[in-house]
Amino acid sequence: MTQSAATGTGEALPLAPGLEGVVADWSSDQRAFKKVPWGKAMMWIFLLSDTFIFSSFLISYMTVRMGTTAPWPNPSEVFALTIGGQSIPLILIAIMTFVLISSSGTMVLAVNYGYRKDRVRTVIYLLLTAVLGATFVGMQAFEWTKLIMEGVRPWANPFGAAQFGSSFFMITGFHGTHVSIGVIFLIIVAIKVIRGDLDNEKPGFMTGRKGNYEIVETMGLYWHFVDLVWVFIFAFFYLW
Amino acid sequence: MAHAEGQHHAAAHHPTAAGEHHVEGQQHPLGIYFKIWGLLFVLSTLSYLVDYFHIQGYLRWTLIIVFMLMKAGLIVAVFMHMLWERLAMVYAILLPPLLLLVLVWIGAGEADYTFFTRNTFFGPAQAATAPPAHPPAAKK
Repeated sequence: MTQSAATGTGEALPLAPGLEGVVADWSSDQRAFKKVPWGKAMMWIFLLSDTFIFSSFLISYMTVRMGTTAPWPNPSEVFALTIGGQSIPLILIAIMTFVLISSSGTMVLAVNYGYRKDRVRTVIYLLLTAVLGATFVGMQAFEWTKLIMEGVRPWANPFGAAQFGSSFFMITGFHGTHVSIGVIFLIIVAIKVIRGDLDNEKPGFMTGRKGNYEIVETMGLYWHFVDLVWVFIFAFFYLW
Repeated sequence: MAHAEGQHHAAAHHPTAAGEHHVEGQQHPLGIYFKIWGLLFVLSTLSYLVDYFHIQGYLRWTLIIVFMLMKAGLIVAVFMHMLWERLAMVYAILLPPLLLLVLVWIGAGEADYTFFTRNTFFGPAQAATAPPAHPPAAKK
């Protein structure tokens, strides 16, 4: 107690760097995650658990694909689109990938302008991110419709192994749900920013904590995670 | 200590009260984001070209994994600011997923066994007499 009286402002002790810092932080008898807002650490822990969910899906997909004796449908042909009379392999998925990466780029700009308290730019980039996210979901809906019309079902499809359909709908469906929820929350955060809730430190719903621009970064973490998961789905489901 | 912590929080939430807020937030020059953004586009194009040029076999799988890990690394390190976080958090988040390799190992072992039994009981020799294990298998 004498120590806290002596220091007064901010950190009581300088933080150790490197591995020594890992041990010091975890054994510090305070919060373990230093220099990180509470909400951000919790978002990271949520994303860690979400990592395990998506990984479980991808590992199940690996297991059924390795275990089936029927030939696996060639994603390069299944997801080809005919544009101008020419069949281009996997083109829709490639465009979706670029749309999602672009939305990650606009999201980091939103976070950056948020910390600079540039309200207008923050909102523009948040809404741009939401639009790109909605575009992605729209293209996914188109892809689902196309495959369902071609007779792909969770239990059977005309191209080969039956497990293709169940893996496809489960993995992309869960990812699409994440993107949709992300779009909704991007709009909510954008409304908070433009109303000035974060500048005026108004508490949000379900919390008494004061609003601040850290929630834009926390929102960003979720959004980049959605992009990150797509990187793995793109590699393992569409390219493999 | 609790007292010091409280003051620290107060400083972090009142950006006007102290410069503390700017130390806590992740503020970086925009240039690095644009560079990483460009790199992600290049890497995505490269992984698409792997499919476009029909590269097959081990080269395909190696390239897919390499491009995937590079993209994932860039997103986590720069876009999600892991590069600038303290090691205590980096390890807490990035090490647990390694456990998933155990699940991969179990899944692969189980799949090998399934594949072996299906070939034994529903394989080509039995195809004429035994009903197909899956409806689409009959259509091929």
